[in-house]
Amino acid sequence: MNGVHDLGGFHGFGKVEPEADEPPFHAPWEGRVLGLQRALLYTRAWNLDRFRDAQERLPAQVYLSVSYYHRWLLAVLRGAVETGLVGADELEAGHALRPGPAVQRTLKQSAVGAAFMRPAFGRPPPRAARFKPGDRVRTRNTHPSGHTRLPRYARDKVGTVESIHGCHVYPDVAATGQGEDPQWLYAVVFRGPDLWGEGSDPTLTVSIDAFEPYLEPT
Amino acid sequence: MSDHDHDDGSHLSEIQLRVRALETILTEKGYVDPTVLDQIVEHFETKVGPHVGAKVVARAWVDPTFRSNLLADATKAITESGRFGTIGEHLIAVENTPEQHNMVVCTLCSCYPWDVLGLPPVWYKSAPYRSRVVMDPRSVLADFGVTLPPTTGIRVWDSTAETRYLVLPQRPAGTEGWSEERLASLVTRDSMIGTGLPAQPGAQTS
Repeated sequence: MNGVHDLGGFHGFGKVEPEADEPPFHAPWEGRVLGLQRALLYTRAWNLDRFRDAQERLPAQVYLSVSYYHRWLLAVLRGAVETGLVGADELEAGHALRPGPAVQRTLKQSAVGAAFMRPAFGRPPPRAARFKPGDRVRTRNTHPSGHTRLPRYARDKVGTVESIHGCHVYPDVAATGQGEDPQWLYAVVFRGPDLWGEGSDPTLTVSIDAFEPYLEPT
Repeated sequence: MSDHDHDDGSHLSEIQLRVRALETILTEKGYVDPTVLDQIVEHFETKVGPHVGAKVVARAWVDPTFRSNLLADATKAITESGRFGTIGEHLIAVENTPEQHNMVVCTLCSCYPWDVLGLPPVWYKSAPYRSRVVMDPRSVLADFGVTLPPTTGIRVWDSTAETRYLVLPQRPAGTEGWSEERLASLVTRDSMIGTGLPAQPGAQTS
């Protein structure tokens, strides 16, 4: 969706302000939210793309005004309800009011290491790759209302395939809960002036990792 | 600043209550074990951090074979070396040279190489960084007090998929013969994101 989460190229957000000696968490609840997110993902009732999609569907003014872990909390709450694991009435009550649906697995002490590990997103390719390194490609001019990983600043732009990362879970479909629909994934590099026009930094190149359905041959 | 609403007392208590309620419900339903949450928090507070990436970089500076393996397949090189723990899939190391300086961002959310750098800092997740670095990286570098020669190309890697990027900075001059441990002390978090450069040897106290 064309949401405010898709920030590349906006003006007006001001300076980047690094914080000296920044702690991992600024309040204990932030760590709990991270842990809850990990535990919910581990059940397989939910996935990372649905988590991102839930953040993107927050009202624009909310997305921009709350902190990072606050945004996570809002997405986790939404995910807990949308997966049916928790009822809105239970959130209101602050306690479970009924048993929840069965899930594939829950995170136990014995498997806690899995919560620290990034899962693999590579999948066996269902077909041969359409593009190869060196190919010139144009990204699609597309404005889906759902989740996508093609940023707006890189739509309808001509770039070059630099490498093939393999065949990966396709977020645009995974975010709908309709399976993984693996797609070839490419590093596509653009010249700064091809993205930002005249006056842009001529020494700049920007790459995105683009799924094959985002690309057309030129 | 919007990224600091955790400092607002009234807001904080409301958030805390919501977090506690959710944890209670998920625990009562058997989806969550609070002691597991404790372990997850402890892991991210104490185990992972930029010290991991710094050791990887220092190793690459002293071991040409490791360096070339790292640039070919960072996940494989790091995991197989057995020195830095197990690293998740799809990590890609990108090397700074006099001709090209690399910077990493996730404009769409906040993807970051947690396994080697720990949790991302607030600025990395913030709108100012995510909006500007793909369009005007030199102005972002200026916010960090970094100026590069105008002839140095800048490559920005927007982490739009499950690939994760680690910048391999250039080894500072004047560090010939240094131990890996001493070299690692020069490697800052920001130098592995691309918003900074390694500390210079003269700036070291040891």
